[in-house]
Amino acid sequence: MTTDAPAPAPTTPERYVEVQRSDEFAGLRKALRGFVFPMTAAFFLWYALYVILSAYARGFMDTKVVGHINVALIFGLLQFVSTFLIAWYYSRYANNKVDPTADKIRAALENGDKE
Amino acid sequence: MSAFLAAEAGDTTARTLTIILFLVFVAVTLAITVWASRQTKTATDFYAGGRAFSGFQNGMAIGGDYMSAASFLGIAGLIALYGYDGFLYSIGFLVAWLVALLLVAELLRNSGKYTMADVLAFRMRQRPVRTAASVSTVTVSIFYLIAQMVGAGALVALLLGIRPGTTFLGMDADAAKIATIVLVGALMIVYVTVGGMKGTTYVQIVKAFLLMSGAAIMTVLVLAKFNFNLSSLLGAAADASGKGDAFLEPGLRYGVDVADNARQTFYNKMDLLSLGIALVLGTAGLPHILIRFYTVPTARAARKSVLWAIGIIGTFYLFTLALGFGAAALVGGEEIRAQDAAGNTAAPQLAEQLGLDFLGGDTGGAVMLAVIAAVAFATILAVVAGLTLASSSSIAHDFYANVIKRGQTSEGQEVKVARIAAFVIGAISIVLALFAQSLNVAFLVALAFAVAASGNLPAILYSLFWKRFNTSGAVWAIYGGLLAAVVLVFFSPVVSGAPTSMFKNSDWQWFPLNNPGIISIPFGFLCGWIGTLLSKESDEQKYAELEVRSLTGAGAH
Repeated sequence: MTTDAPAPAPTTPERYVEVQRSDEFAGLRKALRGFVFPMTAAFFLWYALYVILSAYARGFMDTKVVGHINVALIFGLLQFVSTFLIAWYYSRYANNKVDPTADKIRAALENGDKE
Repeated sequence: MSAFLAAEAGDTTARTLTIILFLVFVAVTLAITVWASRQTKTATDFYAGGRAFSGFQNGMAIGGDYMSAASFLGIAGLIALYGYDGFLYSIGFLVAWLVALLLVAELLRNSGKYTMADVLAFRMRQRPVRTAASVSTVTVSIFYLIAQMVGAGALVALLLGIRPGTTFLGMDADAAKIATIVLVGALMIVYVTVGGMKGTTYVQIVKAFLLMSGAAIMTVLVLAKFNFNLSSLLGAAADASGKGDAFLEPGLRYGVDVADNARQTFYNKMDLLSLGIALVLGTAGLPHILIRFYTVPTARAARKSVLWAIGIIGTFYLFTLALGFGAAALVGGEEIRAQDAAGNTAAPQLAEQLGLDFLGGDTGGAVMLAVIAAVAFATILAVVAGLTLASSSSIAHDFYANVIKRGQTSEGQEVKVARIAAFVIGAISIVLALFAQSLNVAFLVALAFAVAASGNLPAILYSLFWKRFNTSGAVWAIYGGLLAAVVLVFFSPVVSGAPTSMFKNSDWQWFPLNNPGIISIPFGFLCGWIGTLLSKESDEQKYAELEVRSLTGAGAH
């Protein structure tokens, strides 16, 4: 760190509030919440649809597709597929869009701590 | 010839082999534990394994903690007896990981230290919140522990070839079950008190590897029987079940349509929805899973470990399809019920049948049974150790150090209390397990999930994401959700008033559902909201600190 930068503040409660109110942090919060909240709603509804169909749409779930494989089984397996895909997609998103900003803010804070 | 008759011929071999294999597992894991104990010097080592595990290692360990007797014995049994409906558990248990991945794992890793309560109490008054969190951690863990112990009891009865009336080493079925439960309890106390989190984590990794290998081999053998054609496996299972296509469709066990009884039909459907909700929301509130995120150095490693866990656990749950339907087709529901009415022994019985078919003769059957039974014991032992560690950590770190001593204690003293607590928890769960022998273990675990989702999840989500949340809200959320779940279970058909109840000769049941989740989980969220609004307390600075730390990892332990 260069010493002629403005004296870095130690991580006091005020410093946390200051960071929390910064635009950069607001961007980080938005990047994270903007992804995880809608995604949670999406997979929860998708899963709820599966459970509700199992309870109330037996005729549909019982439809045979190939041999003894019916809609219920395929629907269940699709829950596996969607879970794997969401996990993979989130990790890619977090690596690219969340981590760099988080690292930057953290570095600024911790360098402040050490002075 | 039925698998069981063959088993009686080969059961001496099976017993001896299982005992040998199990002893090998115990010896190896104890060696690991002793080795780990030498590396355990600080409280961070004891509670969080020194935070030095990699994402992959912790992913395996999460798999080890999560794939309990419920997943292996319980789900296979439910599918074998009720067909498709058992698969619902596999799906719910897996999808649940998205809640942990997206909302909880990384933020918790960044802002906590040793226990779930570190995050809940972060910006609250310590004592009330930590007390509440400690109570709920222990409650959830004990529900979960009972399920594992029941699994151990069912296994040993199968191994010893005990259907009521037989004896082994002078012990009848009940005495042998009790002996096993006490043995499992004693071993878990050793793992936890000696090895701490480091030892326990390695035990989980070894166990996850064994369980995945065992399940994979069985899956391949089952599929090989049916020329790797899933449809013919399903067809054979449906034929053998005597229920035809209904066996492959939802509705034999959950959400059953009862002719001319609209009320019961409605309850059954609600019970299915309730189970579905509890399964998907429970995982992110399980204390023994949450503390796993502290064993890695960073939030990024926590994310990676959840990704590995999702891969491992998802693959395992795909195997449960083959195990369950395979057991239905090759062993048959009647044989399974005769051994264990709740189906908890379907997987080892299937192993025995596969051994008979592929390795040849009674010895082959005995060998496969022995291997899989030893894997199942390892599974149980590891999960039990994880649960005991979670509850004893919470008692020591939350209750003893921060409530009783108000933070004025040494780390050494705290760890000593954790070790003592492990003894006590072990003893309590041994006693309780003796009362629950008639229940399916997956079902019992689903209750633990409902309790976790009601008592813990609302408080966790509110503290991480809701600025206004305060001490009163946290205490209300935990006690409200926890009490609702436990009280509803107590007055449900699980405990009394039905032929399958824990107390079948008594009847104080008035709550119609087996799983309380659909009521108790929203109730927990509601309590947290009301409790928050009732208090004016609000600490903006502390929330700023929590939010900044949880999102960036600044100042993380």
